[in-house]
Amino acid sequence: MAINAPTNRLWWKEPIHSIELGWIIIAFLWGLFMFFFMIAWHFIGDQNLSTETYRITTDQFQEKVEAFADEYAVKDANGEAVEINGTPLVAPPVGGDVYILGRLWEWWPAIELKKGQSYRFHISSVDWQHGFSLQPVNINLSVHPGLEHVLTLTPTKAGEYGIVCNEFCGIGHHTMSGVIRVVE
Amino acid sequence: MTAIEIGHIGTSGAQYQYRTCKFTGRRVERSAELLIRANAVAAVVFLAVGGLFGLLVALTRWPAVQLLPADWFYLVLTGHGANVLLFWIIFFEIALLYFASAVILGSRIATPKFAWLGFLLMIVGAVMANYAVLKGDSTVMFTSYPPMLAEHWFYLSLILFAVGALIGVIVFFATLVVAKAENTYNGSVPLVTFGAITAAIIAVFTLASGAIILVPTWLWSLGLISGIDTLMYKIVWWGMGHSSQQINVAAHISIWYAIAAMTVGAKPLSEKVSRFAFLMYILFLQLASAHHLLAEPGLSSAWKIVNTSYMMYLAVMASMIHGLTVPGAVEAAQRRNGYTRGWFEWLTKAPWGNPAFSGMFMSLVMFGFIGGITGVILGTEQLNVLMHNTIYVPGHFHGTVVAGTTLAFMAMTYIVVPLIFQRDIILPGLAKWQPYIFGLGAGGISLFMMGAGTLGVPRRHWDIAMTDAANAYEFSPAAYLMMGLNGISAIFAATGGLLFVLLIVGSVLFGRRLDVPGAKLNFPLHDDSKVVSQYGSEATFKLPGTVTLVTIFFLTFILYYFVNWKYLSEIWQFN
Ligand code: HEM
Ligand SMILES: [Cu+2]
Ligand SMILES: [Cu+2]
Repeated sequence: MAINAPTNRLWWKEPIHSIELGWIIIAFLWGLFMFFFMIAWHFIGDQNLSTETYRITTDQFQEKVEAFADEYAVKDANGEAVEINGTPLVAPPVGGDVYILGRLWEWWPAIELKKGQSYRFHISSVDWQHGFSLQPVNINLSVHPGLEHVLTLTPTKAGEYGIVCNEFCGIGHHTMSGVIRVVE
Repeated sequence: MTAIEIGHIGTSGAQYQYRTCKFTGRRVERSAELLIRANAVAAVVFLAVGGLFGLLVALTRWPAVQLLPADWFYLVLTGHGANVLLFWIIFFEIALLYFASAVILGSRIATPKFAWLGFLLMIVGAVMANYAVLKGDSTVMFTSYPPMLAEHWFYLSLILFAVGALIGVIVFFATLVVAKAENTYNGSVPLVTFGAITAAIIAVFTLASGAIILVPTWLWSLGLISGIDTLMYKIVWWGMGHSSQQINVAAHISIWYAIAAMTVGAKPLSEKVSRFAFLMYILFLQLASAHHLLAEPGLSSAWKIVNTSYMMYLAVMASMIHGLTVPGAVEAAQRRNGYTRGWFEWLTKAPWGNPAFSGMFMSLVMFGFIGGITGVILGTEQLNVLMHNTIYVPGHFHGTVVAGTTLAFMAMTYIVVPLIFQRDIILPGLAKWQPYIFGLGAGGISLFMMGAGTLGVPRRHWDIAMTDAANAYEFSPAAYLMMGLNGISAIFAATGGLLFVLLIVGSVLFGRRLDVPGAKLNFPLHDDSKVVSQYGSEATFKLPGTVTLVTIFFLTFILYYFVNWKYLSEIWQFN
């Protein structure tokens, strides 16, 4: 019994049950397959998380985001900056850089993208850690203050997307939100 | 008082009090018994507190109920994580380590005074942590990611608790040495003890990582260090956080073997394979902490792949081996017990009315199907991005640590109370149902949180309607449904948990005394004298039931794995 010393003192000489052996081989091969599939997806798949990251101070990052928001701010017919519920809307050029900043408690600014085009996203926080959760796409990333994460994103469908925060960031965590609009 | 035989071991010259257990024939030493009792009682108390917090959290996350205000929700959630994941589980594990060393080996416990010191530190740490959390300025979740800062008491309390636990682990190792030196057993240690040894070795690594990260964080909270690197914190923290889960796995798998042995007389199919599988946990587990870091910036893909696959899949393989050998051993034993008809008579005629057995078997099934499979999915580099930090993650680990570990620990308690407290389980008619109610609830909260997570619902989030947000995102009605079903399941889980606490406390206080001649157990153990064969598989070479079960498991695993890749391939492209 498992709670008694093995009755056979030379237990390591006992034969292995054939079912056990078969299962060990299957489990091992399956593990090997999953290992290679992860690597393979880097070559055959279109969804691989970029690891490009830079150390940056929170002030520097904030400056970059503000410069970006000024430069590509969307203006209406009167030349007034367009806002979505108080957040300025910014339309970066196709293929260009996009800066998004997480802070207590918003994702800033709101972004307008073109469907099927690729953009270089720069994401960071200026205070605590946040969770960049793009919905309903369900892309979820950790965001650290002091680390600028750069990744290329290509929206595949037009529509209105939300950014939720899914890293606990204090009492206003559940109010932290942002917008990405994808147009044809 | 309970000593039937007063022993006297000559080597050290000291007097130790032993009794012989009339149900298992084992020698039980008095201080070992008292230490196991104290740690088990503390465990159940913190389960009661933490479980209540869990119910409050789940009822708050049920959008139609939203029980607590936001600040209380986050506070109670911090308390829930700490009380159940740390205090309930680790107190129970210390009791288990003493059981697997002193009781199973028939030895005295080494340095009981030192063990009591460890217990005291753990109690002080746990009480202090609850105080710090309830006071309201340490609402940082039990992960306490910087630069969010808790009050310094919070970190200190966790450090004290960890030091106390480390003392327990040292006493365990010392007891093994004593047992060997005093020749209390023959040959190799039993498999259950072996499993406990792997758990204890991993515990040393875990507590070391904990010290490396919590001590500087504590100094930072005191203003003695200027800052903590956020990424480094996560890497080291999960060196503790992940491997502590591995302690749980090694511990609850040891329990599966122990309960299978004590309720149906199961023996491992082969000692070699089961021990080898335990060893793999030690060799391949630690670096698997990487699977908590797959969505972090600044870590290379190669590092992520190596640490989640090579290391983790060999550990996964070890769990899959236990997933076969435990039901396999039960099937072999039951066939030997005479239940040989068809493929499944061994299972249908198993002692389902014994909460130890039913709890063990449900833990086995749910840990594999719910916790295990989803853990591998979450641990896959690219797939992780689909659910990182959504409520899918708590869904997954309620499958491992609640439906798996907690249910197994509850099942074991139904054996520990009669054997160590020498009191019989009260209200057996009710006790019989407890694992089913809790199991149903635990399985439910796991599945429904996972369902909500695939719909994007974030974890640790007070209000998915985002009423006060500038740009509220509108979650689908299905997500609301899932959170409601989660709330209903939570009521089942909490009912099962409450029942457990009442039955155990009631049994300890008012259960029929078993230290009188002729006492019988309400839930009898397997009669060992009927076990004849040399090792589990000898008499029964065919295990068609187990083969069917693992085949279903494997097909489910493959199917779910590829469904997730399909889902990933359809979302926005990113690289
Ligand atoms: C009555 C039984 C239980 C219920 C109803 C329950 C429910 C929940 C819910 C709804 C969450 C919150 C998810 C979120 O908002 O992110 C949660 C978190 C958690 N639960 Fe439980 N739970 C129960 C028992 C347990 C047990 C026994 C354990 C451990 C052994 C456990 C460990 C945790 C942990 C570690 C967290 C994460 C806390 C955090 O995010 O900081 N739970 N639970
Ligand atoms: Cu946030
Ligand atoms: Cu947040």
